[in-house]
Amino acid sequence: MDVQKENSMVKQKQMLAEHFMELSQVRETGKKVAYTFVPGNLTELIYAFDMLPVYPEINSLQSGMRQKSRDYIREAEEAGYSEDVCSYVKCDIGMMLQGNIGPTGQQLPPPDILLLSYTGCFVFMKWFENLKQFYPDAEIAMLHIPYQESGKIEAGAIEYVKQQLRNEVIPKFEKVSGKKFDADKLAEKMDLSASAEDLLVEVFDSARHKPSPIDAYFGGVYYIGPIFTAFRGSESCVEYYRELLNEVNYRVEKKLGPITPDGILENERFRLVVEGPPNWTHFRNFWQIFYEMGAVFVGSTYTRVGGIYDEGFRHSSQDPLRSMAEYCMGCYTNRNLPQRIDLLETFITRYHADGFLVNSIKSCNSFSAGQLVMMRELEERLEIPVGFIETDLVDPRYYSYSNIKNRLDSFFQMLDQRRPVKSAG
Amino acid sequence: MDYPAFKQFDYSQSIAFARGLVDDLNFSYVSRWKKANPSARVIGFLPIYIPREIIHAAGMLPVGLFGAGDRIPVVRGDAFFQSYICHLPRTVVELLLNGNLDEFDGFIFPSICDVIRNMSGIFMLQSKNRYIRYLDFPQNFDEQIGGVFYRSELERLMEDLQKLNNSGIDTQRLNISIDLYNKNRKLLKHLQDFRAAHPHKMSAVDYYLIRRAGNIMSVEDFNDLLESLLESVKNVEADEEDKIRVVVTGSFCEQPPLGLIKTIENAGCYIVDDDFQLGLGWMKKDTPSDTSDPVNALVQAYLQDSIRSSAVYDSENEKGDQLAEKVKHLNADGVIFCAPSFCDPALLDRPHLERAMDRHHIRHFSFQYHENLGQFHVIKEQAGTFADMIKLWE
Ligand code: SF4
Ligand code: SF4
Repeated sequence: MDVQKENSMVKQKQMLAEHFMELSQVRETGKKVAYTFVPGNLTELIYAFDMLPVYPEINSLQSGMRQKSRDYIREAEEAGYSEDVCSYVKCDIGMMLQGNIGPTGQQLPPPDILLLSYTGCFVFMKWFENLKQFYPDAEIAMLHIPYQESGKIEAGAIEYVKQQLRNEVIPKFEKVSGKKFDADKLAEKMDLSASAEDLLVEVFDSARHKPSPIDAYFGGVYYIGPIFTAFRGSESCVEYYRELLNEVNYRVEKKLGPITPDGILENERFRLVVEGPPNWTHFRNFWQIFYEMGAVFVGSTYTRVGGIYDEGFRHSSQDPLRSMAEYCMGCYTNRNLPQRIDLLETFITRYHADGFLVNSIKSCNSFSAGQLVMMRELEERLEIPVGFIETDLVDPRYYSYSNIKNRLDSFFQMLDQRRPVKSAG
Repeated sequence: MDYPAFKQFDYSQSIAFARGLVDDLNFSYVSRWKKANPSARVIGFLPIYIPREIIHAAGMLPVGLFGAGDRIPVVRGDAFFQSYICHLPRTVVELLLNGNLDEFDGFIFPSICDVIRNMSGIFMLQSKNRYIRYLDFPQNFDEQIGGVFYRSELERLMEDLQKLNNSGIDTQRLNISIDLYNKNRKLLKHLQDFRAAHPHKMSAVDYYLIRRAGNIMSVEDFNDLLESLLESVKNVEADEEDKIRVVVTGSFCEQPPLGLIKTIENAGCYIVDDDFQLGLGWMKKDTPSDTSDPVNALVQAYLQDSIRSSAVYDSENEKGDQLAEKVKHLNADGVIFCAPSFCDPALLDRPHLERAMDRHHIRHFSFQYHENLGQFHVIKEQAGTFADMIKLWE
């Protein structure tokens, strides 16, 4: 395995271990804990108050990867949560009911504050309303992020979010943390975020190369994205992405494909863009199917739920509240369907994709509702083969290897057939 | 509108009229309304609530779209939504593609869930020359924050509507509309009170049909219909039966089939309250109709007087207490949680509402349905057992 790759890997592991260690020690250190969501996360602000963020979605996906989610989901269903609703919520509630043991085996502290950033998904609101019942002593701050229904961010919406930050979120952070809001500290973190964002965009953009040095879906969620959400606004986050970008550039120079759990993807055959979250319970098996076919993802939308930087947005210290408002409203699932289709079109053309795939998640309406229309629209606009598979995030009952494999085989066949036609034309 | 003389309707004529409206997937009432008001526009809206006063003041007809139940085969709608998405959007899209909604000039999608939200995008793509609006309601109830935002949303809506028919919404017109809807809510409240006291005189299905029709008709026509019904229902001769009294909740969007409503009642449960057409009674109080700033009156009403529903942020579970109070106030024996399959807002509220009922020692049971469900024997058995148990306990 490649030495440079190991550097970022080691660093990622260290950073996460330290974070969970810090979380396990809050009783001694007195640090306050904010539970919040990935889309519309206010990591800079949380760190500006010296609090520690916990992301229930990330805990859920980790539980999925560690094969714990089946049990947690069963626990939540026994407590009355329907089989039909988002499995992230059930996995999180089940984990809490079973003692809140986090991904590293240490117990997660309860929240001092639930920061309900209601961004791009209605379920977030219900999720934290439920958690508030389980943690009655926790403070709760609602940050309502209006949807980009008109395809743009309306002036009234920016003002609305700023006012909520100023009058709802910040005062509650002050109350919980016992610290005064420090605008300079926040500004510093915003600038660090912007630096990390520049690097992140370069990493994602490296998929322009052939072969692509990254896998923008599996790799995207595995080692490109996570650090970004949890550590944005810190020096170490910038360092991590600098390291990662060096490794990616090295791969570009050497014309190496991405690293996968089964080794380097040697012969890139298909370049794909994918819409929808991955399945976590069979993550490796899922990735392997593509690896074996020589397929690499050059673009994905799931890696944009925590923010879209490809079009130039950066966190800014100039007017931090406005910047946070714009950031939240720009997240992928907070954009309307035509905007989502346009973004996918950009990915497909910019990264020279051969095909477009939807991984439709059984329990995620925020992503899933409308995906069939998106597929048709892109097929018509770009005359590109489109594929469709169904899985779930963390409910292993909805991962059927044979169904997925069958559908993907036909998809790959279609891609294969297209190849000579395209080159002949 | 030149329509039958509602005021002379007897009870069965009112119900038959309402049934006709609800069954009519061609919306001929809407076509007739449009013919009578040629320059006027028709705006469809999805559940649960929109400020219909504004649509009305713009000289337009707001028409609720609550799906088509089992009255339409879903042929194309299934190609728009995966099997694990609720049923209502399929029949709404089917209606759109079949041309049943051709008389509609625009559609409003209120911010109640991700499916309705994304459906606004589907309509944008499928129905390019019509007005499509996703209306974001504030989840912050501070006058200076959520209030200012909501006002900006409403003003944007008003501007759009004015462009649609080149006619302004002035203060006087908006006040008149507010007044008409106040009257409407009052009449509905009278009907609800009457029914809660005499559920045997008006079946749950009849009560449902009237309200569902009310979401199709003009408010003027609906008020006339309600006035005559409030008189005629008193003369209905029917004996009270030995049934328990239940509150049904969770069905505020995709509608339960008529057969299901009937089944619950036939199985021994008078439905003394439900949330099937929740938006009709969204405001708990009258909205002032004599102010110089009626938009502000609507904003304040939303912030202060609206009911708590599953689509509204409620971290303290006031909804649970609201439901318990309702049960007590109506002297109901229990609650039936009746939610559409795959409905996030209803199903994610259910566990803590159930816990709230437990705290208040209120009995309850739950089930899920699709709008096109055709078999009711399981529900009949469940509701029957629930009624028997309660009678036994008493
Ligand atoms: S519905 Fe989808 S976006 Fe929403 S919380 Fe669940 S997985 Fe996340
Ligand atoms: S039934 Fe529920 S999930 Fe479906 S559109 Fe209505 S509110 Fe949304």
